[in-house]
Amino acid sequence: MEKGNRTTADPVIKVEGLTVRYGDNTVLDGVDFEVYPGEIFVIMGGSGCGKSTLLKHVIGIETPAEGKIWINGTDTALLDDSELRRLHMGIGMLFQSSALFGSMTIGENVALPLTEFTALPMKDIDSLVRMKLGMVELAGYDNHYPSELSGGMKKRAGIARAMALEPAMLFLDEPSAGLDPVTSAELDLLIRKLNEGTGTTMVIVTHELETIFNISHRIIMLDRDAKGIIAEGDPRVLRTNSQDARVTDFFNRRVTKKKHEGMTT
Amino acid sequence: MPGTTKHRIETADDGVVTLSLSGRMDLERFGELTPLISTIFDSYTPSSLNVDMAGIDYIDSSGALFIVKLEDEAHARSVPFTLSGLSREKMGILSLIDREALAKPSLAPRERRLNLIEQLGNASIIAVRDMYDIVSFGGELIYEIGHSVTHLRKVRWGDVVTYMKKVGVDGLPIVGLISFLLGLIMAFMSSLQLKQFGANVYVASLVAVAMVRELGPIMTAIIVAGRSGSAFAAEIGTMRVNEEVDALATMGFSPMRFLSIPKVIASLVTVPVLTIFASIFAIMGGLIVGVVGLNLTIFTYIQQTMKAISIFDIVSGLVKSFVFAAAISAVGCQRGFRVRGGAEAVGNATTSAVVTSIFLIIVIDSTFAIILHYIH
Repeated sequence: MEKGNRTTADPVIKVEGLTVRYGDNTVLDGVDFEVYPGEIFVIMGGSGCGKSTLLKHVIGIETPAEGKIWINGTDTALLDDSELRRLHMGIGMLFQSSALFGSMTIGENVALPLTEFTALPMKDIDSLVRMKLGMVELAGYDNHYPSELSGGMKKRAGIARAMALEPAMLFLDEPSAGLDPVTSAELDLLIRKLNEGTGTTMVIVTHELETIFNISHRIIMLDRDAKGIIAEGDPRVLRTNSQDARVTDFFNRRVTKKKHEGMTT
Repeated sequence: MPGTTKHRIETADDGVVTLSLSGRMDLERFGELTPLISTIFDSYTPSSLNVDMAGIDYIDSSGALFIVKLEDEAHARSVPFTLSGLSREKMGILSLIDREALAKPSLAPRERRLNLIEQLGNASIIAVRDMYDIVSFGGELIYEIGHSVTHLRKVRWGDVVTYMKKVGVDGLPIVGLISFLLGLIMAFMSSLQLKQFGANVYVASLVAVAMVRELGPIMTAIIVAGRSGSAFAAEIGTMRVNEEVDALATMGFSPMRFLSIPKVIASLVTVPVLTIFASIFAIMGGLIVGVVGLNLTIFTYIQQTMKAISIFDIVSGLVKSFVFAAAISAVGCQRGFRVRGGAEAVGNATTSAVVTSIFLIIVIDSTFAIILHYIH
């Protein structure tokens, strides 16, 4: 996918001046960024820098203190509850814990949005579920319960459920959290395969460097002290060319001087 | 979403059928597309099938699934199938469909529903195991209490005070309110009957005896089971889920001594006190009915109350509440320690703690009724 193409297209997500406060504590201060259709966009940064908070605001689970968010050109602040629900139907979300419903089988989990939001007959839903499970390499696991699956399988099932309604955008919150390196790499490959096949825009929150270098087209890096974005662009370029020590330190897994001194004294 | 899928079916003389699709092929259109498969093969019986997708603006995986199903059906009927007009970019989606996955049977068969005898058997096994767990837990608890009595300085007295506050002080308002209303209702209902015989003054005796001997201990115990027994189970259960119990064990603590003993001691002390309060509040409720509705004086009511209850009643009520407290706290802790798995198991443990406690309260109360009958 060419970067040139992406910048000419209208952004699917546009965030302008997003400020998040909890009481007196400002977590994010004036964050601006855009996500273009079809790209794998990574929100990265150290622990506690507000990555997941930013994601929750973008998908509309939380309301920002200041700033605007446009999704597909619509200002989300202007939407009422039912319009927001309709917007959510066009968005898929993979939660950190997969958030599969424990009382339902994997097949039922994936079928749930289809039975609720479409008028398709059960036969069609069944074949769609089989297709989705096949897409995430879980064919045959439709009658298993989430508790019977491994962590990586749960994440894949979570992706299948998130993609049940053919969303144009998929948000993934720390997809590789708690997975071993091999499973994590498999999940990365799956995400890229789905992105290339379906053209779904993927917004991933992660601090996993492997994921960032392997699959992202573009990243923004958040910083806890800066309360906002300190770098934006191609991670492979930023790793070597960034002038900001915080950015290169992160990419090269270097302990920053300040922290190091703090530890030794 | 705007746009629909348009389709046109053309047949040539040699039986070649061409299906031309245009517009959007997405999930919303999937339901309209699938019937086309049987229409094409049953009504047109093609000698070969061409699908022209040049007019497609958008295709998602459900659209791709339709194409794959169409092709599979063609193969199944040995009809040559060709697909044309799809850009390379849009071809990508077809490669995502795993044909084998569509036909692959479930690896786990649907759970068979157990018949009545199997269910009964299962329930019996669970009940016996449960009983075994409770008895062995009870034994361990008694041992630990013995250990605490001989090592008083090792008891976490700070925790004991905290739990006394949680069980006793925090529980007093609800225990007081419920008992007060109970006394009020009892006095009111009985006064309607006793009035007919001019036995107004016996309302006081009735409320006092019923509360001190039976209802005071039972009501208090049930409220404590709901408030604190469940909280004990939830607290220890959550600690189990978070591996905090394992952490205690690896640090060399006895989780039982560390977590259960303060709760049990606190309950043993506060539940009898709460029971006394419950009886007092109920008598106050009865007093109000007596004074307002039955024209009794406060003095007469209290005098009649004192006459009706004996020291034996009070002591037996307190002993009973002491045993209730032991049962509630032990069951709460045992259910908490038994938690395996995640948050759902904590919820189950809480429910189970309350249900089992209430069951035990009734069993203990019945046992006491028989024992006290023979003692007195």
